[in-house]
Amino acid sequence: MCLGVPGKVIDVYDEDGIRMGVVDFGGITRKACLAYAPEVDLGSWVVIHVGFAISVVDEEEARRSYELLAEMGNLEDIDLPQSPEGVRAEDYRPAPRRAGERDR
Amino acid sequence: MSGAAGERATDFVLRCPVPLPPGATVLLGHGSGGKLTQGLIRDVFVPILADAGSELARLGDAAVVEAGGQRLAFTTDAFVVTPAFFPGSNIGELAVNGTVNDLAMMGATPLFLSAALILEEGLPLEDLGLVVTAMARACERAGVALVTGDTKVVERGSADGLFVITSGVGLVPEGVQIGPERARPGDRILVSGPVASHGVAVMSRRAGIGFEGALASDTQPLTDLVRAMMAAGDVRVLRDATRGGLASVLNELAEASGVSMLADEAAIPVLPPVRAACEMLGLDPLYVANEGVCVAIVAADDAEAALAAARATPAGSDAALVGEVVEGPPRVGLRTGLGTTRPLIMLAGDQLPRIC
Amino acid sequence: MRFVDEYRDDRIARALLEDIGRIVTRPWTLMEVCGGQTHTLIRQGIDELLPAQVELVHGPGCPVCVTPLALIDEAIQVAKCPDAILCSFGDMLRVPGSSEDLFMARAAGGDVRVVYSPLDALEVARRNPDKTVVFFAVGFETTAPANAMAVKQARQLGIDNFALLVAHVLVPPAIMAILVSPGNRVQGFLAPGHVCAIEGWRDYEPIARDFGVPIVVTGFEPVDLLEGIRMAVAQLEEGRADVENQYVRAVVRDGNAAARAVVAEVFEPCDRAWRGIGVIPNSGLRLREAYRAHDAELRFPHEGTPASESEVCIAGEVLRGRRKPHECPAFSTLCTPESPLGAPMVSSEGACAAYFLAGRRREEVSA
Repeated sequence: MCLGVPGKVIDVYDEDGIRMGVVDFGGITRKACLAYAPEVDLGSWVVIHVGFAISVVDEEEARRSYELLAEMGNLEDIDLPQSPEGVRAEDYRPAPRRAGERDR
Repeated sequence: MSGAAGERATDFVLRCPVPLPPGATVLLGHGSGGKLTQGLIRDVFVPILADAGSELARLGDAAVVEAGGQRLAFTTDAFVVTPAFFPGSNIGELAVNGTVNDLAMMGATPLFLSAALILEEGLPLEDLGLVVTAMARACERAGVALVTGDTKVVERGSADGLFVITSGVGLVPEGVQIGPERARPGDRILVSGPVASHGVAVMSRRAGIGFEGALASDTQPLTDLVRAMMAAGDVRVLRDATRGGLASVLNELAEASGVSMLADEAAIPVLPPVRAACEMLGLDPLYVANEGVCVAIVAADDAEAALAAARATPAGSDAALVGEVVEGPPRVGLRTGLGTTRPLIMLAGDQLPRIC
Repeated sequence: MRFVDEYRDDRIARALLEDIGRIVTRPWTLMEVCGGQTHTLIRQGIDELLPAQVELVHGPGCPVCVTPLALIDEAIQVAKCPDAILCSFGDMLRVPGSSEDLFMARAAGGDVRVVYSPLDALEVARRNPDKTVVFFAVGFETTAPANAMAVKQARQLGIDNFALLVAHVLVPPAIMAILVSPGNRVQGFLAPGHVCAIEGWRDYEPIARDFGVPIVVTGFEPVDLLEGIRMAVAQLEEGRADVENQYVRAVVRDGNAAARAVVAEVFEPCDRAWRGIGVIPNSGLRLREAYRAHDAELRFPHEGTPASESEVCIAGEVLRGRRKPHECPAFSTLCTPESPLGAPMVSSEGACAAYFLAGRRREEVSA
């Protein structure tokens, strides 16, 4: 229960009256419903479960608590994974679909 | 059952030496490359078609046979991937590279290919043109000639667009002995590139999954990579890690050679976007299909040299040594970063994306 | 991957293990509720690395495992209707029904499609107006908001050929059922992090207080789990029984109000049978009157009665943390992921499957 994966919001748009976004998970992107994270905008980190943002990542809390953990683990410097730099919001374009791709 | 089809079915049952459970049908899992596939091969195909000691029973990626004083490698492969077009490639390129690689996995120089196309009524000719063009380009890149072919058309609904079946033949140089049964305790395990890229790229185009990004199939000919590794040292086993993923291949090889294998989870290369896609879908990258990746089992003394040779080729730039062969019954263990070891078992059928 | 990889750091994990070893002075039994947490613990061998005094028992947090047999049969029945398309999360496909599973129903010609999101199922409904599209709505409180939105959108956009087969279950009643059952050994809980992202942790405060059990809201990565275990053990050693939050990056006490509002609009609590456990009052969700038109059970009335479960299968005991999978007489012999007797062996989140895939051996246990 509850495969939730953190990702960064790189696009926000409206579809059929609900707020949607495109979320980058570290090189791959997928659309997600942002209706349950009304406060997010471009650059926010959210937790996505079955195509919905269920929570906003509290980056400050994460950093604070991780510093304590890193100390406990005697980590000299915290080697945090890079934010996905690959896809910038202004560069994002949906990939062109091939004509005739069947819905199967 | 009545009618001609019913009679054929009865005939088969009466004459077939293998007891098949009545009413049993083919499941999708039989094509997944896991235990069900193995079962079908072991319990139905091999007993009916061959003897225990035969070349077929050896179950190599290609058969190595002798004719006119030469050793030939001979293989066939069917390509039914859906969708036929996916990021980075299409079914045509896959069909050429897949067969070229099966030959290369026996240490052979791939030479000639045949192609049979099964086309569904209604397939746009433009799509067919793209597939065949891709095949031509792939043959050129791999240095093989497509010398014969066949085409059939089936009614709408019978072929999911198109199916491509390729067969290939190559020459095995004098003295080359590469086969699935040749791994020995002490040998090292090499993976030629990052895993799971192909399966994830294909999945990303399936309706209902739909993610985009830096995903592309890894399909490519591995001939040069194999040649470079063989020149660097004693390469004993080669197998391309197609359906069923790296985990299935290691299990097959452990079984064929009667050895245990240990691999390090952290050493197995996976591209970051592929890892992210697997996280999202709850998939284990070790069970996801590849196309342009192979496993090589190399004598320990030659492992570093083989790795360097692989890394010097375009297809092997991310090659890694991921584990070793050890004494023991056929099984594969995976060491975690925490120091525990868990078995890497063969799955029955396909992995399914999970929600939880 | 950011906010994931750093919580897999082996050095921090080892430091936490050592710390737990330092503070524990006597045996404690903890339960992790969520199947996703069980999955990580077993795959990484964390349960075997913990000091012997800390025992982890596995909870019923696998919605695939607890979906009632009757609903699986209903889903299969729908799949076989020529006018219907059944959409489902992938892991439901191999769960055994009375005589077959959804995979077999597909092999027999049923239109069964795996989707990643309930919104994808809604899209299928839009593209296939001549069929009824039924989405198998399985899950805990984490998934209910997504399913609620799909139905709400269906209403809004007039997509009448979309229906839900509702199988939602709720966590707090299950925890209570475990705590009140005779012979309960669980002394502390790791609460499911993503359920709490929606619900917050207010509901757990009276439970912690009334039963005197510490409850720690915990994430899913190895570092999260070890930190959560450490916090729970510390409470037990100090004689406290509070609700604490380990998963600070994703959970706040009040949870997600916007999500809960839509769930409350579309669903209401109801009694629910948990496969292997039995009926737990008020532990499920069903569509409210106003949305009943989208209820698959009304559109496709049940036919037939479910078969009784295998007599050998001890899923109920495993889901309640009373027995471990490898203590089951059928474990890895009669019951394997290829031929499962019960749901926990077929779901990758189920405890039995987790033990099997991790190569745990059958164990004789004296009563």
